[in-house]
Amino acid sequence: MNEIINMSVLELRDAVIKRDMTATDAARAYLDAIDARNTSLNAYNEVFTEDALAQAGEIDNRLKAGEKVGPLAGVPVAVKDNICTVWGTTSCSSKMLEGFRSPYNATSVSRLREAGAVILGKTNMDEFAMGSSTETSFTGPARNPWDVERVPGGSSGGSAAALSGGLCAAALGSDTGGSVRQPAAFCGIVGMKPTYGRVSRFGLVTYGSSLDQIGPMTRDVRDCALLMNVIAGHDSRDATCVDSPVPDYLDAIDQPFDKLRIGLPREFFTEALNPEIRQAMGKAGEVYKSLGAELVDVSLPHSRIDTDENGALSSYAVACYYLIATAEASSNLARYDGVHFGHRTTRDCGDIVELYSASRAEGFGDEVKRRILLGTYALSSGYYDAYYLKALKVRRLIKNDFDRAFDNCDVLLCPTTPSTAFGLGEKVDDPLAMYLADIYTTSVNLAGVSAVSIPAGVSKTGLPIGMQLIGPVFGEQVVLRSARMFELASGTCRLRPPALGGKQQ
Amino acid sequence: MSMEDAVVVPIIGLEIHVELATETKMFCRCRNRFGDPANTNVCPVCIGMPGVLPVMNAKAVDYSMKVGLALNCEIPSYTKWDRKSYYYPDLPKNYQISQYDLPLCQNGYLEAPLPDGSVKRVGVLRAHLEEDAGKNIHDNPTHTGVDLNRAGVPLLEIVSEPDMNNAQEVLAFSRAMQRLVRWLGVSEANMQMGHMRFEPNINLHITHEGREYKTPIIEVKNLNSFKALEGAVTYEIRRQHSRWLEDPEGFALKKKGKQNRGWDDQRNVTVFQREKEEAHDYRYFPDPDLPAVVVDDEWRNRVAQSVTELPIARRTRFIKDYSIGFGEADALTQDSPTGDLLDEAVSLGAPPRRVVNLLLGKVSARANEKGCGMSELGISSRQLAQLASMLDESKINATAADRIVDHMFDNGGMPEQIAERLNLLAVTDVSAVEEWVDQAIAANPGPAQQVRSGDKKAKQAFGFLVGQVMRASGGKAPPATVKEVLEQKLTAD
Repeated sequence: MNEIINMSVLELRDAVIKRDMTATDAARAYLDAIDARNTSLNAYNEVFTEDALAQAGEIDNRLKAGEKVGPLAGVPVAVKDNICTVWGTTSCSSKMLEGFRSPYNATSVSRLREAGAVILGKTNMDEFAMGSSTETSFTGPARNPWDVERVPGGSSGGSAAALSGGLCAAALGSDTGGSVRQPAAFCGIVGMKPTYGRVSRFGLVTYGSSLDQIGPMTRDVRDCALLMNVIAGHDSRDATCVDSPVPDYLDAIDQPFDKLRIGLPREFFTEALNPEIRQAMGKAGEVYKSLGAELVDVSLPHSRIDTDENGALSSYAVACYYLIATAEASSNLARYDGVHFGHRTTRDCGDIVELYSASRAEGFGDEVKRRILLGTYALSSGYYDAYYLKALKVRRLIKNDFDRAFDNCDVLLCPTTPSTAFGLGEKVDDPLAMYLADIYTTSVNLAGVSAVSIPAGVSKTGLPIGMQLIGPVFGEQVVLRSARMFELASGTCRLRPPALGGKQQ
Repeated sequence: MSMEDAVVVPIIGLEIHVELATETKMFCRCRNRFGDPANTNVCPVCIGMPGVLPVMNAKAVDYSMKVGLALNCEIPSYTKWDRKSYYYPDLPKNYQISQYDLPLCQNGYLEAPLPDGSVKRVGVLRAHLEEDAGKNIHDNPTHTGVDLNRAGVPLLEIVSEPDMNNAQEVLAFSRAMQRLVRWLGVSEANMQMGHMRFEPNINLHITHEGREYKTPIIEVKNLNSFKALEGAVTYEIRRQHSRWLEDPEGFALKKKGKQNRGWDDQRNVTVFQREKEEAHDYRYFPDPDLPAVVVDDEWRNRVAQSVTELPIARRTRFIKDYSIGFGEADALTQDSPTGDLLDEAVSLGAPPRRVVNLLLGKVSARANEKGCGMSELGISSRQLAQLASMLDESKINATAADRIVDHMFDNGGMPEQIAERLNLLAVTDVSAVEEWVDQAIAANPGPAQQVRSGDKKAKQAFGFLVGQVMRASGGKAPPATVKEVLEQKLTAD
């Protein structure tokens, strides 16, 4: 039997159901690993030791009694700290919500529990999911298990670090502009951004409401499909969650496509692309070709990535994203005012406006304030048309590009990130450089389509390279099946950092 | 020409907020009810906790469309929800979900009856749906409390065109609106409970020596009674006029723009609140948590079918079909169920005149005592119809009818059974009446003689004798029969 913390979700679940081991064994193995290594990775904000053991014990009792258990029976899962749980706190890694206890579970968390999963704890993240490195966290940065001097990506960096570092069997993240896929790429794991409306957002603390989706982070594509089976589907408490049947994503996942048309968006393969990543994408294309897939040249003109006169990357999609996401955020985060919940200043305030100002000034970090200011400006009278409305129009053009591209192919293949994991502190003082870490991912959220990032190899410096497969709206099935096809053929599946005994490729 | 002789035309528009009487709130399933202990009708959604999402209450949209259709509005096929941002402790999310540029209803009108019998037609610019805020409670010297029971209650904001020119028209329009929403059953429109609030916009267009002057537009915020509304409008017209007389060039819309004022109901004056120009930038934008609302023909038609005959039309029909007066018809069309009672009783065969008298007599008095509507006393159209027919057929007299009505209210039951049980049925046996008449004449020879002689006291004496007979009958003898028999006996002698 494989060591518990290296097992896939399916292996672990099957072992628990066959009673080769108990759910409690699995929970303890992960809790021990957390004890041993969380201090260096800072992946968790909070660990629910007692609750997790109680949940695992309950699964064991049910199995002993011969009762039916769900498809995630005994699987220890980590949950990003912006997804509400009745256990512990839901802090969004912000001083503003330090100690905040949610009175309810997010729908995705309820569904995990109904499926038998054990919730290990809440993972570190960029404050309110605003960032690409988990460095804006109030609890300090999470670290990349491949090199603790590097960032795990963000904003779901804690979930990615926990999974890659062997501190959970699977994790939930949230993806507004790449926050599941980019850390998945940096940490060598699988991360999915489902179609907007596929997974309920109820209980996900909102950042950019029209872009946010909860997505699974797993060691391989089959696990990702299994988690999607559990969390996807209609929820009457989320009006944006679509009421359409959820296919069985695991069904036929190991069966390769006879004829798969893979689109290569030419605007993503410009001079701006890092040569090592370009090479990895080229190799991936060869793998697909060898499996009988056809590579098609497609165009996403409004998502074009260029370098400007100073050599810096530029993209309409990123500009559009940072207007829409921040505009929505400026409104979504207005409720944190020190009146009803969350941080309230202890200063003696003369009036309510002073109380609001002081509580918000103390409770929010710099990046959150920057985005609230940017979004407030974009929505202000006199600027709305030039910024927010214009961004909505660009968004429509980006979406149209994707629709047209999918007329000619089944999935798109492109990098997840413009570079491998960067060093801690390398970009914290340069917000624009940090924003460009999402240059390959934001257009997917703007278009509302589905995408997954899977490992495509390891760089010369020993860091994982992520590859993105993008499907149409509700195209999760084709995305996951084509990802699995590559995973099986390429051998880049289930990468492990050297510290956990992984081999360098 | 002196400035006092300038032609002054007040221009008045009105915003009316109506709380809708849905079972649950606008975007969550909390109970929508006034008067419960503070913060008992709340949930994570309406107190705006992290991670919650709004889900639209379609019933509130139905109710709003119903009002819109009754106001002759267009109901566009596409509307959406927008966020209106401002910080206030009674607004948990610090934004209000409202409708900005695409309201649910637009371009309608309401015809308001004026006391002189004429009708004032007032344009309705739009009516949009939004969520109400909670309430700040200032009952403590050191703290302000926040009660969020009202937060998220569906609120319909109706905006009129500036078509009104005096306080009387504003009152007529507001009362007609109150009657309409009650009529449609979409709101209790109870002022004390804050179900209806008014915000008039007032300025003056003044013509003097060929020049037109416009005074600054004043919005008086949050008036919650007809008295306050009338007072504020009257006061503002007078105040703006005298301010203009003091400074016709300076007190001008172009210079001062719009201002908000509040109503001080202790001193009966409006007081300055803030310049509208400095007002909040509400940063409206489409709410990304809520899909747009597409109203198809099927939906619109279903709601349209629930909008039955409206009060003014019904009043006209009552006057014509039931041959009753304007005042009577008006009183019977204050709400829909009272007129329904009348219509149903008539359809059961009762004579309209009798039913109207019963309703506007004893029933109305009883309703006033109880402080409720005539239809809320629990009296049915069957009871009413039977009682009216009994009166019409002289089976009972008016006094007996009053007693029967009282008995019905207190104990229920059909009028015929009550009349029998209480021994109130008129005596139709003429021989019994003859016997009482004989007794009365025998016992009162003086008055009998006065009637026979036909002297100047004959009429009074006759009345006295009728009264004696009625008393002897215990009120059950039909007065007409008594008079007839008495006349016969006294002339036959």
